[in-house]
Amino acid sequence: MTDRIEQRINSLNKRLNSEKRFRIYCIGAMSFALAWVLILFLNIFSSGYSAFYRTVIQVDVPFLNLIEDTTQFSEMSSEDINNLSMYSFSKKAIYGLFPDIEEKKDKKMLIRLFSIEFEQEIREFLKSNKSNINETETIYLTASDDVDQVNKGNYPRDLDEDKRRIKDIQLLFFDDLVDRGLVSYEFNLPFLMRGDSREPELAGVGGSIVGSLFTILVVLILSFPIGIFAAIYLEEFAPKNRVTDFIEININNLAAVPSIVFGLLGLGIILNTFGLPRSTPLVGGIVLSLMTLPTIIIATRASLRAVPPSIREGALAVGATKMQAVMHHVVPVAMPGALTGTIIGLAQALGETAPLLLIGMVAFVVDVPQTPLDASASLPVQVYLWSESAERGYVEKTSATIMMLLGFLILMNLAAVLIRRKFETKW
Amino acid sequence: MGFILISLIILIGIASYFLGNLRAKNLRTSNQKNLKSLSHYYGYYVALWAVVPALLILLMITSFKSFFIEQYVLSDFIALGSYTETELSLLFTQIENTALGIKLFDENTILIDGAVNKLNYINKTSENLTYVTVLGLSGLLVLYSLFNINNKLNSRKIVEKFLLVLYFTCSLVAIMTTVGIIFSLLYETLRFFSQVPITDFLFGLNWSPQRVFVREAGDLDTRDLANAFGAVPLFAGTFLIALIAMCVSVPVGLLTAIYMSEYASPKVRDWAKPIIEILAGIPTVVYGFFAALTVAPLVRDIGQGAGLTVSSESALAAGFVMGIMIIPFISSLSDDVIKSVPQSLREGSYAMGATKRETIVKVLLPAALPGIVGSFLLAVSRAIGETMIVVMAAGLNAKLTANPLDAATTITTQIVVILIGDQEFDSPKTQSAFALGLTLFVVTLALNFIALQVVKKYTERYD
Repeated sequence: MTDRIEQRINSLNKRLNSEKRFRIYCIGAMSFALAWVLILFLNIFSSGYSAFYRTVIQVDVPFLNLIEDTTQFSEMSSEDINNLSMYSFSKKAIYGLFPDIEEKKDKKMLIRLFSIEFEQEIREFLKSNKSNINETETIYLTASDDVDQVNKGNYPRDLDEDKRRIKDIQLLFFDDLVDRGLVSYEFNLPFLMRGDSREPELAGVGGSIVGSLFTILVVLILSFPIGIFAAIYLEEFAPKNRVTDFIEININNLAAVPSIVFGLLGLGIILNTFGLPRSTPLVGGIVLSLMTLPTIIIATRASLRAVPPSIREGALAVGATKMQAVMHHVVPVAMPGALTGTIIGLAQALGETAPLLLIGMVAFVVDVPQTPLDASASLPVQVYLWSESAERGYVEKTSATIMMLLGFLILMNLAAVLIRRKFETKW
Repeated sequence: MGFILISLIILIGIASYFLGNLRAKNLRTSNQKNLKSLSHYYGYYVALWAVVPALLILLMITSFKSFFIEQYVLSDFIALGSYTETELSLLFTQIENTALGIKLFDENTILIDGAVNKLNYINKTSENLTYVTVLGLSGLLVLYSLFNINNKLNSRKIVEKFLLVLYFTCSLVAIMTTVGIIFSLLYETLRFFSQVPITDFLFGLNWSPQRVFVREAGDLDTRDLANAFGAVPLFAGTFLIALIAMCVSVPVGLLTAIYMSEYASPKVRDWAKPIIEILAGIPTVVYGFFAALTVAPLVRDIGQGAGLTVSSESALAAGFVMGIMIIPFISSLSDDVIKSVPQSLREGSYAMGATKRETIVKVLLPAALPGIVGSFLLAVSRAIGETMIVVMAAGLNAKLTANPLDAATTITTQIVVILIGDQEFDSPKTQSAFALGLTLFVVTLALNFIALQVVKKYTERYD
């Protein structure tokens, strides 16, 4: 008797234990998934935030050495200033930081503390302040990527010298400059404004942000009307027949086609058959529109379906035509749902990379594009491009680009949620 | 030019809407004519006449213009008869560049100077001509349609008919996209298979298209072709990485779904579900960066710590990160399916004294199995078609391997590797990418089709 009771208790305990274990597995699985969201974000943010700051070094530039009277600058046009030969003058200004250096090698090392475009930066300063240039001006010059990384603490200083990109003497110079208070750390506005560059300290996301905006604009212009019209037709007007069924199957299939196949479509048809210009946001936008269309159509159809039939019937009953009932009464009610679907589709398009690689939007573009017909990159493509580069400076830039991309995506999704909350009608 | 012209056409359209509206109202009041539609439908009617034909003509002009310009500019060279087609198009680009002031020739021949002048002239003329044609047509049709308004014309019907046709055309875009995909893939693929036997492609064990690249296009060695395009290593790599991804995402996704639907309180659900779904919204290029820069070195370090040789671009790292990306696909689909199992089944099981785990494992999961399997299949198709993670984190060289610590390459990676940057056309190398694309397209479609069928056929109805 007691044996049997004990057996029962044992078996019950076993079952309860396995219940507990199962629950722990489940919680473990969910925590695993949640943890990776956290790890991903922390990883990106911790390596990316420093790209929003940059290191600049104060240099006194004796403009009197360039010209006898600095008021003459105000009479020069931009072109005249462009024609001034300033290279050795700029170099001398930098040597002025350490007047004692004699050796050519050391001088070269000193110059290398600065970004390669130091001459250009002095010229730009001159151009924008030409009316009141003093005899000596203090200019903040961009530090080279290596110095920038050392200043940010991203680069190990205690490696052997021959394993480091930055040399001992440069570190000496740099530490001295820090002690003299000439090195400062400022918000990296150029990063947001400039196009791509071969030098990490000069590379910016401005070009790819504009490229992404143009691409998204093209997607919006094409896929929003086409998607909504198609959804209206399929949901409200389409007769139940083979053609309609076929269209529906097509839409559902397209939603599942891998994005890279759309890239092949863009390459084969849009570039080679129609001959539209390569690498442009226009072509990128067309390809991504075709990709987003199913999302928009499916979302819009769902929200049209959610409009109760009484609305249609009410309109028809007072003498509206079918078209009037749909356009004046059903579509306005379904609009928030359609907008939400469109924004989510646009967010997908914004983050898409693979098809853009195939249509050539991976070009190295220095200029910020002016129209959708200029060659450009987009934010995700920029991430891809920079992640392939070896320099340490590109790692933080890549992470920062991802931060901006994620920022845009979060904003778009937030907008979608807000629209849904504010305008959703419950029947 | 196009932008200004289109804005002008739209302005004309808006103006003509008001004109049509006004004219209909005037007709109504002055002549006591009983018009068949509301006034604003006449406005739409006139506006449609103003805008639609003009835009169509503009589209036609822009699509054919470049061909005629090229013919005209090159007419002197064509007359010489000594140029092939590719040379001519190269010549045209050079002429275009010269016209833009980019100097490419050392010696400018008279013919080229003439052609440059011709190009400048024709560009100017064609622009003016386009403006005149399009705007003139638009204006004429506005006048025509304004005078066409009378008591016999039912503009509402016409406008509604137009809208219906427009809507129908828009819904055809989906079909046209599919046709476009199939056509572009098939066209290049068939040309590829005319040079490389399909059996070599499907069963060959060696993938090295870059070898073909080295030789001149003229003397392709057929033996070379046969050995260069064996796609089995790619299929194997794709399968390996997808398998690793599924090993991560299936247990995690399924257990998460079970927790969400059966154990979690509504509060936990409300914040945990959207957070996990963030994983689905993160662009894949971000995962690729994460895999290449964080996970791959980590995997290598751990492996080396355990005394294993791990490639820096191991299939394990790419597959693992891909698995994380896929978790939300499985968890939210399975969650929905498990939740839709009727409550009575749960209660019946509890009434028999079963614990929660026993209910889930023995009652709910079997009932929800078709939906869950469907979600797995969709996840597999997602993993196979995923590009950026593998491009950035998996290997680029095709090597037949089953070792997850080795570098493996996938179909999508090779498509990108072949087609990124400048491609040479008409080479079997470029065409092979389309053949890979077609394979990918067919496999993912088949997987989706099977998933749908599984869900449809085996889902039990509890009513």
